[in-house]
Amino acid sequence: MAAVSSMSRIYGLCFHAVRQTAGLKASRLLQHRAFRVSTTHQQQPFDSSLEKPQFPGASAEFVDQLEFIQPNVISGIPVYRVMDRQGNIINPSQDPQLSKETVLNFYQKMTLLNTMDRILYESQRQGRISFYMTNYGEEGTHIGSAAALELSDMVFGQYREAGVLMYRGFPLDFFMAQCYANADDLGKGRQMPVHYGSRDLNFVTISSPLATQIPQAAGAAYAFKRENMNRAVICYFGEGAASEGDAHAGFNFSATLECPLIFFCRNNGYAISTPTNEQYRGDGIAARGPGYGMLSIRVDGNDVFAVYNATKEARRRAVAENQPFLIEAMTYRIGHHSTSDDSSAYRSVDEVNYWDKQDHPISRLRHYMTARSWWSEDDERSWRKQSRKTVMEAFERAERRLKPNPELLFTDVYNEMTPNLNKQRESLWRHVQQYKEHYPLDLYDK
Amino acid sequence: MAAAARFFIRGANSKISISGVGTGGQSSFGAALLKLSPGCSPSSKTQRRHAAHFTFQPDPVPTEYGSTQKMNLFQSITSALDNTLATDPTAVIFGEDVAFGGVFRCTVGLRDKYGKDRVFNTPLCEQGIVGFGIGAAVAGATAIAEIQFADYIFPAFDQIVNEAAKYRYRSGNLFDCGNLTIRAPWGCVGHGSLYHSQSPEAFFAHCPGIKIVIPRSPVQAKGLLLSCIADKNPCIFFEPKILYRAAVEQVPVESYTIPLSQAEILQEGSDVTLVTWGTQIHVLKEVANMAQEKLGVSCEVIDLRTILPWDTETVCKSVVKTGRLLISHEAPITGGFAAEISSTVQEECFLNLEAPISRVCGYDTPFPHIFEPFYIPDKWKCFDAIRRMINY
Repeated sequence: MAAVSSMSRIYGLCFHAVRQTAGLKASRLLQHRAFRVSTTHQQQPFDSSLEKPQFPGASAEFVDQLEFIQPNVISGIPVYRVMDRQGNIINPSQDPQLSKETVLNFYQKMTLLNTMDRILYESQRQGRISFYMTNYGEEGTHIGSAAALELSDMVFGQYREAGVLMYRGFPLDFFMAQCYANADDLGKGRQMPVHYGSRDLNFVTISSPLATQIPQAAGAAYAFKRENMNRAVICYFGEGAASEGDAHAGFNFSATLECPLIFFCRNNGYAISTPTNEQYRGDGIAARGPGYGMLSIRVDGNDVFAVYNATKEARRRAVAENQPFLIEAMTYRIGHHSTSDDSSAYRSVDEVNYWDKQDHPISRLRHYMTARSWWSEDDERSWRKQSRKTVMEAFERAERRLKPNPELLFTDVYNEMTPNLNKQRESLWRHVQQYKEHYPLDLYDK
Repeated sequence: MAAAARFFIRGANSKISISGVGTGGQSSFGAALLKLSPGCSPSSKTQRRHAAHFTFQPDPVPTEYGSTQKMNLFQSITSALDNTLATDPTAVIFGEDVAFGGVFRCTVGLRDKYGKDRVFNTPLCEQGIVGFGIGAAVAGATAIAEIQFADYIFPAFDQIVNEAAKYRYRSGNLFDCGNLTIRAPWGCVGHGSLYHSQSPEAFFAHCPGIKIVIPRSPVQAKGLLLSCIADKNPCIFFEPKILYRAAVEQVPVESYTIPLSQAEILQEGSDVTLVTWGTQIHVLKEVANMAQEKLGVSCEVIDLRTILPWDTETVCKSVVKTGRLLISHEAPITGGFAAEISSTVQEECFLNLEAPISRVCGYDTPFPHIFEPFYIPDKWKCFDAIRRMINY
């Protein structure tokens, strides 16, 4: 009713304006008169301050001063942290009080990932694998968030989240098999290295196109909500990927369709060579969340406990309330973007060194453990040795293994083998039989 | 995009929209739906204008699937969706404006019957719709996404080509989005101009991993759509929007499927093979009659039905018999799917061909507004191509 009466008030105003223009047709005049008659009943002493906006698109008050809303980028959304750079808990009420075993596990998974990164990075430099992307400096974001989830929660990632798989227990052999694209690779050797996936661990296979996983995560979360099985979805992406249209789509869909979903943005300052000031002009990614009606937080990505706490709470509320949460983990990409990139071409070595030496998620957690006498120099030495040994063993096994049967080039395009593909498969075999010496058949499974 | 779409709807479908709103309150679906078809009668003015370039002739009433009801194409789509929601509790339908029944009335009554968590509007964002559908399918749900017009599917091209089509392959079959079906109104409509007329099937035909299906009639639409939904691969189902109300025939009420990747020979013939799909089938059926009457030429008419993966065998067998092939589609000729059919048939049937394969298609221009009658590959253009082919 409120809407109706204000509508007629508007018509009344229209009439007053129109009355002053000459040359109106008689029929028009009659119409307007009729309006005036109906509006006189409602005309009371008019107090414009009592008027409330009735627009369906937003719930807000009128304001009689012209004022543009200023973005607040100088003093942005604060960065939540639990421990300082020396590993001291800053506010005891925020200490997640994790057990020694849990913290040791965090540390070992982070360092194991780091060891695997070093070995695979070197192996790419030697031409033994074609491509690699390290996780240097972002180990804390992976382990902290993964630990706060249930194994049944589905993970959609970008490509720099190998630590999540590591935390979930993905065997080193499978990491290596994927990078080597050997016959043990669950992905059948079809994708570039670091495009991991695991059905058993609910880690959806990585694909190269950036941000495409973001609206997909919303769809999966919606399906989980309907199943009502207490499952959530987490979706990782970098701050560069957040510029894609798909990020906008995913944020908006998950909010309007009320999906139990955690968006986890790794803001590491760079998208390949592009610094964040060429990526956006707002207060990072976290500041976009409220625009979509999404609860948002910014955390210290080098503080594994801060990441853990934020993810834990977001997970709890996302499932309980069926709504999405946005976590922006501030961190720094210590390594090159990939093995095809030399980052010294666009940033200083000093800058990289600061994050590597002064503010690293691994060293921070080590400080925390050392202060509690949970970890000693000896522990460190023997763990380094042991982790290096296990990684090297897996590495050597993977390297010795044959590549998958070339037959697998044609399967899984469709669920079934189509007649057309079957024909092409047969044609390849006929060809290869005739020209065997020109193909590396002995490297492949038979 | 939205503005364009809404403008079009007001212009073309105001009649049907209003009657739809009027009966929207009644949730009894099916019978009420069928009463709601004054706009469907071929006598209405708008309809005559739309129907100018073809005449729809219903197929014989199918008897093998139980009782039938008179349905137009949009009603047969609704019926297929209804059958799906009734039997598959994970199935969800979503897109722009599907909740109130859809701008073409394809989802009328479904939300009332199955709940708003199963039939719901999304924000206006095609890449989001397809991405969301992929995700739901990956999580195990049956996802039926609607893109309001095939013309607006391009923002979702990346999600379809790089994601949906490659999901199973790239993951080594660990994950797939085989439960995803994307429906979209397709083809010319008389006055749809550039962005309410397109036939984008050839863009997708170059993409291994998806299926593309286009029906010619209500019976075909329901059976093929149910196959798409049941198929374990992501499917794009294009609905010839000019047939939504123009095509009326008896359609089985219960669920039934028509196999994908199988062309159908609608009319046997011995002199020329005519291949097409969608609305153009009705044009070519008429052309076959004209050729018989005026030239004494016997045409074999084939409805390809599935664009990808297509039924080479049926087409090649026919050409081996007739020795001549004409392919026709509304989409532009260069890079159109007729090129694929033509070169394949040429490879397979070289010794049988007695004349160059003829392609009668849209011109290599955007789809124009006022020039539509000159743009489309109508029966006279097709007839003339047959005449020239026979005299070759």
